[in-house]
Amino acid sequence: MSNLTHLTLKDAVDGLKSKQFSSAELTDAFIGAIESANPALNAYVETTFDKARAQAAASDAKLAKGEGGRLEGAPLGIKDLYCTAGVRTTACSGILSNFVPTYESTVTQNLWDDGAVMLGKLNMDEFAMGSSNETSHWGPVTNPWKSRGSNAALTPGGSSGGSASAVAADLCLAATASDTGGSIRQPAAFTGTVGIKPTYGRCSRYGMVAFASSLDQAGPITKTVADSAILLQSMCSHDAKDSTSLTVPVPDFASFVGKSVKGLRIGIPDEYRLDGIPAEIDALWEQGIAWLKDAGAEIVRISLPHTKYALPCYYIIAPAEASSNLARYDGMRYGHRTDKAQGLTDVYELSRSEGFGKEVKRRIMIGTYVLSAGFYDAYYVKALKVRRRIAEDFINAWNSCDVILTPATPSAAFELGDQAKAADPVAMYLNDVFTVTTNLAGLPGMSVPAGLDSQGLPLGLQVIGKTLDEGTVFAVGAALEQAAGFSAKPSKWW
Amino acid sequence: MAIDVATVKKVASLSRLREPEDRLQALSGELSGILGWIEQLNEVDVAGVEPMTTAVEQPTPLRDDVVSDGDKVAQVVANAPKTAEGFFIVPKVVE
Repeated sequence: MSNLTHLTLKDAVDGLKSKQFSSAELTDAFIGAIESANPALNAYVETTFDKARAQAAASDAKLAKGEGGRLEGAPLGIKDLYCTAGVRTTACSGILSNFVPTYESTVTQNLWDDGAVMLGKLNMDEFAMGSSNETSHWGPVTNPWKSRGSNAALTPGGSSGGSASAVAADLCLAATASDTGGSIRQPAAFTGTVGIKPTYGRCSRYGMVAFASSLDQAGPITKTVADSAILLQSMCSHDAKDSTSLTVPVPDFASFVGKSVKGLRIGIPDEYRLDGIPAEIDALWEQGIAWLKDAGAEIVRISLPHTKYALPCYYIIAPAEASSNLARYDGMRYGHRTDKAQGLTDVYELSRSEGFGKEVKRRIMIGTYVLSAGFYDAYYVKALKVRRRIAEDFINAWNSCDVILTPATPSAAFELGDQAKAADPVAMYLNDVFTVTTNLAGLPGMSVPAGLDSQGLPLGLQVIGKTLDEGTVFAVGAALEQAAGFSAKPSKWW
Repeated sequence: MAIDVATVKKVASLSRLREPEDRLQALSGELSGILGWIEQLNEVDVAGVEPMTTAVEQPTPLRDDVVSDGDKVAQVVANAPKTAEGFFIVPKVVE
C-alpha cells in the first residue's frame, strides 16, 4: 500500500485491525518520512526509532491475535513537554538539555497502555512560552505550508509548533500537544490541522513540564475532528497524582462526531470583532456562521464584555505561576549547572541565566515583579479578580447559547524572523487574543481548519464549549469540518 | 509603570537571574512596555469580586497519610549534575 503516512489516525487504526498493513510497515513509512523531512522542518528534536520498531512488533503480535487497545500500533509524535521514561525530555530549554526522566507522564502512559507507538519528541517553544516556536533551544520549526509564490519560511505557530508541523507534513498519525494560552489551537490553525484543548482537569498534568499550572492543559493535534476525539479519549483520565485532575467519567467523544447540530444555539460574541483584523478572517467567520445556520443551528448574538482584558490578565497570571514553577531550576538536583561559579548565589544566577532563553527570562522577571512586595495586590490579586469576571462572562453567555464560534487566530501563519514581533513582545502575545479566554475560564476549545486565505494559507475557526461539554464541541467541529470540506495539503518542498 | 534599570537589576536578582549590563537598558524598555499594556486592567471594576485561583470547582482531594512511594535513590539522583554514593554534591556554601 502506498502513502501509508497520509492516513488519518482513524483509518490507520482500522486498517491495522483489519490487517491491511502491519504496524511495522506503518512505522517504517513514518521513519522514512521523518528522515527525509526533518532536516528541513526541524519538527522532531529527538527520534526514538528503535523503541518505535520494538513497540510496533509488540503491537503486531497483539493484532495478529485479534487483541490490542484503541491505538494499537499507531505511530504518534510526543511534544517534548511530556516526560518519557528513558527518553530525553527538555521542554526545548537549554536548562534541561540533558534531562532524561526516570518516570512517565500519565498522558503518555495512557497512550502506551492503549497500544500507541512513539516516533520521537516534538519541538516546541521553550517551556511552551511562545507563539512561533522561535524560542526553542533547538531552533525554530518550519511550517510545511508556504505562501503562494513565496519561498519564505513560515512559522507553524507555537508553542506546539513541532506537533502541528509533524501532523501537517505526515510525519506522524497524530501528536500530543499542550495549551496554556492557545498553544494547541493557534498552531493547528496555522497548519490546517485540528487541535482541541479539553476542559481544565480532563487530562492529568503529572509528568508534563510545568509552565502555568492553573492554565496548562494537554490535548491532541490531529488531521481530522474524528481523530482528535480518538486521541483525546486516550489522553484523558482521572489521576490521583494530579490534585486538579477531575473525578468525572470520560464520555465517548467519537460518538459526538457526526451528531446533528440542529437546534443548537451558536453564540457569536460581539467583542471578538477586533479592529485591524484582516477582512479574510472576518469573512471566514461569517462563512462558518452560514454553514452552521444551514445545518439547522440557531445563531445568537452574545456579549463577553471582559474579553479585551483577557490577554493582560493572562500576562500577569501565567508569568507569576511560571516564575514560581521555574524556581526549581537551581543547578543543584537536575538540569544545567554552571562551571563558572564562585559562590552559592553565583551557582543559582549563572546556571539559570546560562540555561534559560530570553523570553523565559523575561516572563520570570514579569512574574517576579507582579508577585513582589508592594505590587502583589495591585497586579496579581487584581488579575485573579479580572479572571473571575472573564469566567463569569461565559457563565452568563450560556444562558442564551450552547456553544460559541469565533476565529481561531487574528492572522494566518507569519514569517519566521518577523522583525516587528521580535521587537515588541506584546505584538507576539496578541496571537492568543481569541484563544486565551478559554484557558482563564477552564473551558474546552477546538480549532478546525475552515479555509485558505488569498495567499493559500490555512485559517481556522474556534469552537468554545461549556465546562465538560467537549461532546458539543466535537459535534460542531465536525459539522464545520464537513461543510468546509477542507482537504488542502501543503505541497511537498522538503 | 516604567521599570528603570535599577528596578530591572533588583527584579533580576529576586528572580536569581544575572543579566549582562548591556541587556539591562533593553529589558527596561521591554518590561515597561509589557507592564504599561497590563495597566488597562485598572479600568475593570472588581469591587466585591473574589480572586479566582483555579477553574476546578471540586475540593482539593486528600490522600491517606501513608507511605506510598520511595526507595528510589538511584532514580532521584539520576539527573544530578554531580553525585556521590546517592547524595547530591553541591558547591561549598560555608567557608
